[in-house]
Amino acid sequence: MPQILLNGETHEIAAPLSVTALLERLGLDTRRVAVERNLVVVRRAHYDTEIVSEGDEVEIVNFVGGG
Amino acid sequence: MDPLVIAGRSFQSRLIVGTGKYPSNPVMVQAHEASGAEMITVAVRRVNISDRSRESLLDYIDTSRYTLLPNTAGCYTADEAVRTARLAREAGLSHWVKLEVIGDEKTLFPDNEALLDATRVLVKEGFVVLPYTTDDPVVCRKLEDAGAAAVMPLGAPIGSGLGIQNTNNIRIIREFSHVPVIVDAGVGTASDASLAMELGADAVLMNTAIAGAREPVTMAHAMRLAVEAGRLAYTAGRIPRRMYANASSPVEGLVGR
Repeated sequence: MPQILLNGETHEIAAPLSVTALLERLGLDTRRVAVERNLVVVRRAHYDTEIVSEGDEVEIVNFVGGG
Repeated sequence: MDPLVIAGRSFQSRLIVGTGKYPSNPVMVQAHEASGAEMITVAVRRVNISDRSRESLLDYIDTSRYTLLPNTAGCYTADEAVRTARLAREAGLSHWVKLEVIGDEKTLFPDNEALLDATRVLVKEGFVVLPYTTDDPVVCRKLEDAGAAAVMPLGAPIGSGLGIQNTNNIRIIREFSHVPVIVDAGVGTASDASLAMELGADAVLMNTAIAGAREPVTMAHAMRLAVEAGRLAYTAGRIPRRMYANASSPVEGLVGR
């Protein structure tokens, strides 16, 4: 199984998939998060076309309480 | 009250509040309401992949009413802060950022050198950068020269509640700056906020002073009034300090003299 590094932890994916598909699989609302792939922010408009594959480092963040 | 203008955007409120450390989200919502604030800070963190049951902060912030100001809190290098700011822009669809680059864990004092580097990078990328800095007039001037939309000198360490430790520096920063000066961090109670405003600060940003109060909603109301009172007093122009008394009643016409 191909592996990616997702928020610092290894995560198995069945096959390369789009950011949209990854977020769906994780049950995340695309409007509430931001995604970085290999240190580069993925623009929302590119979620369908940006492909996550073996060895990618992915960060998914959201807003939390802070000052 | 005269509006606060940052990067061409007008705000009626001169109080900016945070979203951290509240006893509950509903209390936070009420406190925001009571504060009268129009801009609210949020932090950027990794989504918890294994436990997504937690509520989203954004369920409790009406973004049609409040301007979100994402921060880069917890970042220790310019690179981390820049990455976080870019993610925040994508998450919030806004190019405003409260830029923090921390230089010391114990005091949470900023690393001003890295802060300047990160400011330059983000300004070039079109961000409206509001940097959290030490109360150093020279650093504030450099940040302004680097394109910061405002400067945010600390009053005291984050969350310390010590109040404005160097009132003279805040005054000097106000005198030197051509961008808004926002006192960020260190406020403990209402009089601290008033003092910041009386010194000429254009706004005050606080989180713990409200969220950590026994009654956050009441404290938020107090802070709203304090910021307004301080601003009005600054605008009105205080009397000079004198060593001795200066009678306010006529000295002539006293009975029996």
